[in-house]
Amino acid sequence: MNTVTLTIDGQKVTVPENTSILDAAKKAGIDIPTLCYFPDQNIKGNCRVCVVEVEGSRTLAASCSTPVNEGMAVKTWSKNVMNARRTIVQLMLADHDEDCNECVKNGVCELQSLAQRLNIQHNPFKNILKPKPIDTSTPSLIRNPNKCVKCGRCVDMCQETQQVGILFDAYRGADSEIVSGLGKYLSDAGCILCGQCSTVCPVAAIYENDETDKVWQAIFDTSKRVIVQTAPAIRVSIAEEFDMLPGTVALGQLAAGLRRLGFDDVFDTDFAADLTIMEEGHELLDRLQHGGMLPMITSCSPGWINFIEQYYPDLLPHLSTCKSPQQMFGSIAKTYYAQKIGLKPEDIFVVSIMPCTAKKYESGRPEMNDSGVRDVDVALTTRELARMIRQAGIDFTALPEEPFDEPLGISTGAGAIFGATGGVMEAALRTVYEVVTGNTLPSLDFTDVRGLKGIKEASVDLDDVKVNVAVAHGIANAKKLLELIRNGAADYQFIEIMCCPGGCIGGGGQPYRTTNAIRQQRIKAIYEVDKAMPLRKSHENPAVQALYEEFLGRPLSEKSHHLLHTTYSNRQH
Amino acid sequence: MVEEIINSHGIAEDKLVPILLDIQNSNDKHYLSEDDLKQVSRLLGIPESRVYSVATFYSFFSLQPRGKYIIQICDNAPCIVNGAYNVIDDFRHILGIDMGQTTPDGLFTLEYSSCLGCCSHAPAARISGELYGDLDSEKIKSILSDLRRR
Ligand code: SF4
Ligand code: SF4
Ligand code: SF4
Ligand code: FES
Ligand code: FES
Repeated sequence: MNTVTLTIDGQKVTVPENTSILDAAKKAGIDIPTLCYFPDQNIKGNCRVCVVEVEGSRTLAASCSTPVNEGMAVKTWSKNVMNARRTIVQLMLADHDEDCNECVKNGVCELQSLAQRLNIQHNPFKNILKPKPIDTSTPSLIRNPNKCVKCGRCVDMCQETQQVGILFDAYRGADSEIVSGLGKYLSDAGCILCGQCSTVCPVAAIYENDETDKVWQAIFDTSKRVIVQTAPAIRVSIAEEFDMLPGTVALGQLAAGLRRLGFDDVFDTDFAADLTIMEEGHELLDRLQHGGMLPMITSCSPGWINFIEQYYPDLLPHLSTCKSPQQMFGSIAKTYYAQKIGLKPEDIFVVSIMPCTAKKYESGRPEMNDSGVRDVDVALTTRELARMIRQAGIDFTALPEEPFDEPLGISTGAGAIFGATGGVMEAALRTVYEVVTGNTLPSLDFTDVRGLKGIKEASVDLDDVKVNVAVAHGIANAKKLLELIRNGAADYQFIEIMCCPGGCIGGGGQPYRTTNAIRQQRIKAIYEVDKAMPLRKSHENPAVQALYEEFLGRPLSEKSHHLLHTTYSNRQH
Repeated sequence: MVEEIINSHGIAEDKLVPILLDIQNSNDKHYLSEDDLKQVSRLLGIPESRVYSVATFYSFFSLQPRGKYIIQICDNAPCIVNGAYNVIDDFRHILGIDMGQTTPDGLFTLEYSSCLGCCSHAPAARISGELYGDLDSEKIKSILSDLRRR
């Protein structure tokens, strides 16, 4: 590898060629401010916040998009640099709805912290913002164009990483703005509500629909039994909201925190994930044995469901009919558990803590009320839960480790790994293998399906029947598998698809600024959780076994079909 | 219609601008309807947002129905100096509409244009492709009544 030596603020630095000035400066211990730059994305170079002086050049250079040269002399701090950076941010603020106190991003906003860092205490430019309508058309996301700084990070996410292609810049010059679809609201633009855009937006221009007040109301209402379930991915991400390192496992603290907030039962979506494996595993066996539609594709990711219903409706028969774990939990909590504690479904309020904005949409789907009322009343994202914990004054870092409640808080390692790409596949294989062969698996770890590779494949022998499986995460990768199926070229029997890059650990409701490096840490953590569990196969979950004995009968029974399975609709966009 | 136009250009993303232009010119309201954009997106396999981006970037595309006659008044410096503002006011006055609008009978649309290459006859305008120079109130009145009679 060829290297280049340059001086940055008088310091000699040697870096590989083609390194940007920004990265070279980082190596020299200098942190240049940025805005449109985002790790893992294309270099956009449109905000100019990162400008520096390069000796011999008349104009300032954007350090994120300027590669280093041999002998280059860079000054990252000078009168010109200071003035330019300030002016740029002052101009942004002059075209911005600057109502920080009433803003969801207050305190975590990158524009706010830039203004602070550049010590902007007044603005010579008068505010010229022409307010545009705020998009509240979906239950998942709010888009407020009056906060947008046109950095293009959401566009990169939606067009390149997800390849759904909803957000793009339109119009030109001073009129330019980010639009969805044909200048429509998200509900009318073919958006799948994955929320990935909201994890990279530096300001409050795209964010989750905050429903925390609904949950407080239920908690403060003494006539309601308020039950919470928390998804597998939350235990490996919530700690980041309280400034702990990515990859910190906070399982016991999470249970303790939820209890302190006032939830009556602290349950675990991992339980429902184990239940999903029982149903989905048997559905796969049934399709294999009775000539059902193959490959069967997993159905637990509601962003993915939104995608296939709108863009590949011809492939809907491939979807497993299993509801997602969130929805299985809701209908079981309001029937089986309600009976157990002698309450009616309408006296119970189910809240779920999800890494996902599409879960908000899913919980409101009209067919998701098999208990007779809405099965899941509110789905909150990781970010909203953290907001509630801060609101209540709970010091998360000081919480003791507490267990989840029984019975719907009992789970296995198989349920936990649902949170990472490949996890549903691995959990299903652990169970399907043992059910079919009657043998105990020599090793529980199907490492071929783990990790951040876009598409992963494996084969398993089930008593002489070879089953080929594939796993894709992120819509761009999913599309590749869907095209294979459409063209009849997919030699798989079972496919796992997760809408978000990395699976739920990288969901659209997870802490802001999730990068691939952070995804790796969360994935590592989730397999640690799995390893540490005494039980690691869904069919060994005693609470799931009891549920079948006492209530459902067996997997795919009539009752299971009624409560745990669903249908999909062609919503071609 | 849209399908025929696309087939005549070939299914390629880099043909997007000429395809949109042909679609716009092929209808008597000289605009791109939402349905046109949707069809282009579907047939070319380009996300709607990208089609919309192109259709809003170039000023020669219109997403609003336009009149039978599109009056493009030059507002570059030489025309301004020679009284383009009066020309603009006259057109607005006689037609009873603002710049960017279309008369209720669907006959005329008023738009700005950059230099028409006709500066020696400033102030100038182009009406449905035809150039008119040395404009004053009288001339404008007679042009409009001619067009109305056509
Ligand atoms: S987006 Fe940031 S700068 Fe804008 S109002 Fe909200 S907190 Fe303030
Ligand atoms: S939610 Fe997903 S599909 Fe919708 S605009 Fe954002 S990134 Fe695109
Ligand atoms: S919505 Fe957010 S991410 Fe997208 S361009 Fe605007 S500020 Fe940037
Ligand atoms: S961060 Fe370099 S131009 Fe935006
Ligand atoms: S400036 Fe008006 S025609 Fe040239």
